[in-house]
Amino acid sequence: MSDRALLCGRELAVWRGERCLFEALHFDLGPEQLALLVGANGSGKTTLLRILAGLGLPTGGTVTWKGASVTELAAEERAEIAYRGHLDALKRDLTVAENLAFHSAIWGREQGFERVLEELKLDHVAHMRARYLSAGQRRRAALAMLQLSGAKLWLLDEPTTNLDSEGRALVVEWTRRHVMGGGIAVIATHQPDEFSMRGALMIDLS
Amino acid sequence: MSAFKAVLLRDLRVSFRRWSELAHPLIFFVIVVTLFPLALSPTSSQLREVGVGVLWVATLLSSLLALDGLFRADADDGSLEQILLSPAPMTITVLAKVTAHALVTLLPLICLVPLSAYTFNIPLAALPTLAAALLLAAPTLSVLVALGAALTVSLRRGGSIVGLLVLPLTAPLLIFGTRATDLSVNGEPTAAPLLLLGALAALAVSLGPLAIAAAVKVGIE
Repeated sequence: MSDRALLCGRELAVWRGERCLFEALHFDLGPEQLALLVGANGSGKTTLLRILAGLGLPTGGTVTWKGASVTELAAEERAEIAYRGHLDALKRDLTVAENLAFHSAIWGREQGFERVLEELKLDHVAHMRARYLSAGQRRRAALAMLQLSGAKLWLLDEPTTNLDSEGRALVVEWTRRHVMGGGIAVIATHQPDEFSMRGALMIDLS
Repeated sequence: MSAFKAVLLRDLRVSFRRWSELAHPLIFFVIVVTLFPLALSPTSSQLREVGVGVLWVATLLSSLLALDGLFRADADDGSLEQILLSPAPMTITVLAKVTAHALVTLLPLICLVPLSAYTFNIPLAALPTLAAALLLAAPTLSVLVALGAALTVSLRRGGSIVGLLVLPLTAPLLIFGTRATDLSVNGEPTAAPLLLLGALAALAVSLGPLAIAAAVKVGIE
């Protein structure tokens, strides 16, 4: 396994003042692998995901993607990692289509997003400003950006929040397709059963 | 380059859809400039003496107001971290954001200055130099304020602390800017202070984005 590992965590530890969130965390993730982060509220799931994305620094230990530290990746490697947190990263004053076009442009992707919007049932609101969308629709738009990024590694923080049952099923289906297609996904969730698939790695932070 | 264009167009579009917010710094500028003639004795020679200085200080303060929220809105809705994570180089995206905000906030402000110069009885012949000095000072000013905004991106209300951080650094702009305008009012050659303003602009635009990008990264973590 380890020779195929792309995302490696070594001796990861996070302390918040006197309190230890987690320590001595070790993992190797390679293609076609899904990791589920579980743990109570405040157990450090979001913190860990941000560290994996290179947005935060651990108190101790290292995270590497293809052998290089995630905070010092070259542009091509950075384009392989997508992170979707609690925030939707939508500009409220731009339409859904404008938001997606911007996202595709900074990620250097050219493909159209009509198909993704259709799949997410967002095609009828594509030209509506993001401020008029419901919380669930905003979450769907954020997922559209994830799909458009074309990244190999998905880091998702509770991706099914605010979604209806159909939306949740779609996220699970996308994740499964992504992982089967050679991708890697790390998902923080309170419903690990939803995502469970063969060979999924459970990382329990509590 | 496409990332620069994408960020620039996005920020311009967002600004124009919230155009009422763009007017705040302009109105602030007009009010500050109008208060001075009311507070001072309105003899025209005295007004002209303080006028140049007042215009420059008011411009610095309004630009502080205009660029304070440069990164905070993006940080609040999560788009800043997506820009940070994207393969587009952060120095380029930062430069695009600063350019967009300078275009929509500083440019209208600079257009207002000659109008306000009239209230201080500054001669018409000095207006081209005043405008040139302001245009040359604008890039440096934008970069400095953007740096302050980047350093305070994680704070809820950064306004006053940005002022404390940035205003002392704007002293060279104030000195060379008012000097150029004063020289021109007296009909003397103005090349030296204008060239120095240009040199500062070149320095700010080339090195500033590196510092701003680093500050944004620290602020997001």
